[in-house]
Amino acid sequence: MTSNASIPPKPRTDVNPARIYTLRINGREDETILTVARQNGIDIPTLCHLDGLAERGACRLCIVEIQGSPKLYAACVTLVKQDMDVITDSPRIRDYRRKILELIFSERNHVCSVCVVNGNCELQNLAVKLGMTHVRYGYLNLTHAVDASHPRFSLDHNRCVLCLRCIRVCKDIEGAHTWDIAGRGIHARIISDLNQPWGESETCTGCGKCVQVCPTGALSEKGKSVAEMTKRPEFLPYLQMMRKEAEP
Amino acid sequence: MPPATASPALSSPSPSPAAPDKRLRIIDRTMRLHGYASHALIETLHAVQEAFGYLDPDLMRYVAGRLKVPLSRVYAVATFYHFFTLKPPGEHTCVLCKGTACHIGGAAEILRQVEAMLGVHAGETTADKKISLMIARCLGSCGLAPAGVFDGTIVGNLTLDTVVNKLQEWRSHDADHRKSAGDCENRDRCP
Repeated sequence: MTSNASIPPKPRTDVNPARIYTLRINGREDETILTVARQNGIDIPTLCHLDGLAERGACRLCIVEIQGSPKLYAACVTLVKQDMDVITDSPRIRDYRRKILELIFSERNHVCSVCVVNGNCELQNLAVKLGMTHVRYGYLNLTHAVDASHPRFSLDHNRCVLCLRCIRVCKDIEGAHTWDIAGRGIHARIISDLNQPWGESETCTGCGKCVQVCPTGALSEKGKSVAEMTKRPEFLPYLQMMRKEAEP
Repeated sequence: MPPATASPALSSPSPSPAAPDKRLRIIDRTMRLHGYASHALIETLHAVQEAFGYLDPDLMRYVAGRLKVPLSRVYAVATFYHFFTLKPPGEHTCVLCKGTACHIGGAAEILRQVEAMLGVHAGETTADKKISLMIARCLGSCGLAPAGVFDGTIVGNLTLDTVVNKLQEWRSHDADHRKSAGDCENRDRCP
């Protein structure tokens, strides 16, 4: 378990074990394909990635091709290395990204017209951006309960895409680790403490960071009606920066 | 708001009323053996399950406090691994194998009939707390297919009749249930 939140996330060594570092500045060598691409104005769509949070590599929407390898790599967790020839956009990648997005949509209930973040939703924006017109897969139509026990926020599992941003922000930035994921596979879902209603959680500080980083309407503020909620996760890089400043 | 791990850590454990301290001592010993390190979580949950038969929320709270692991992490681990169960098991446990060999041997039909007979689905316990019905993906006894485990004893070459008889025996509370479990155990089915 990581204890210090302000330390930059350790690069994953399992995804790219044979890497050769091109350069190292002050002992750091954690540049991923995604960061380099974004610095240079190349857009790669992401869902689980959020600036200021540890990488997860879960959604696979940032997949890229690397010449000489038949595999696709998640740009957010693949470190740049010497002579790497990366393609971030091709018909094959576009096709896969759309499929991944459709699978995310088919897994739970994402009916935008009645959602609090309609118009401000990262999932919805991705669907527009990737040109998703319909879902080829049958909807699973799982029924999940809505947890509105918290006085200020509510949790709707039906909108959750399991990006685990809320877990990461609660564990690494807030330090409470109220959220975690219970079960596995299709039964996986977000829980607070010992699967208690959110309002009864002993560890939740009610800071609302999880609500702000949630890409969809799964976590929302109470009292907001359809399309009335906007999220502002911009505080994260700021928090990270200020904590680094405060370090001795 | 108290710090995250302090409140469950300091609260005294209040396990189920029937649990004497002896079982708690086994759990404490496991945690001490590992120096109360947070990575001993799975090991400790194993000890809890062995001592109590299942993972009680109060015990998970106790372990979380002692090992300084977030409550949600304990719950996540407990639900991720199929070995752990959060519900108390029945008096008797019937595990039916659903591996490939057993499936070909007709395990699916046996399971269907048994579920109908007991009125529970696989993974559940009957309302009278007598029988827990479980499925396994392979017992590694494919030569005995279709196979099952009745209260820890592997029984091979199951037929619907043998399973139903066994369950009826348990239901009528046969005290000597272990003796007759192995009646068709030693029969060699391999051609």
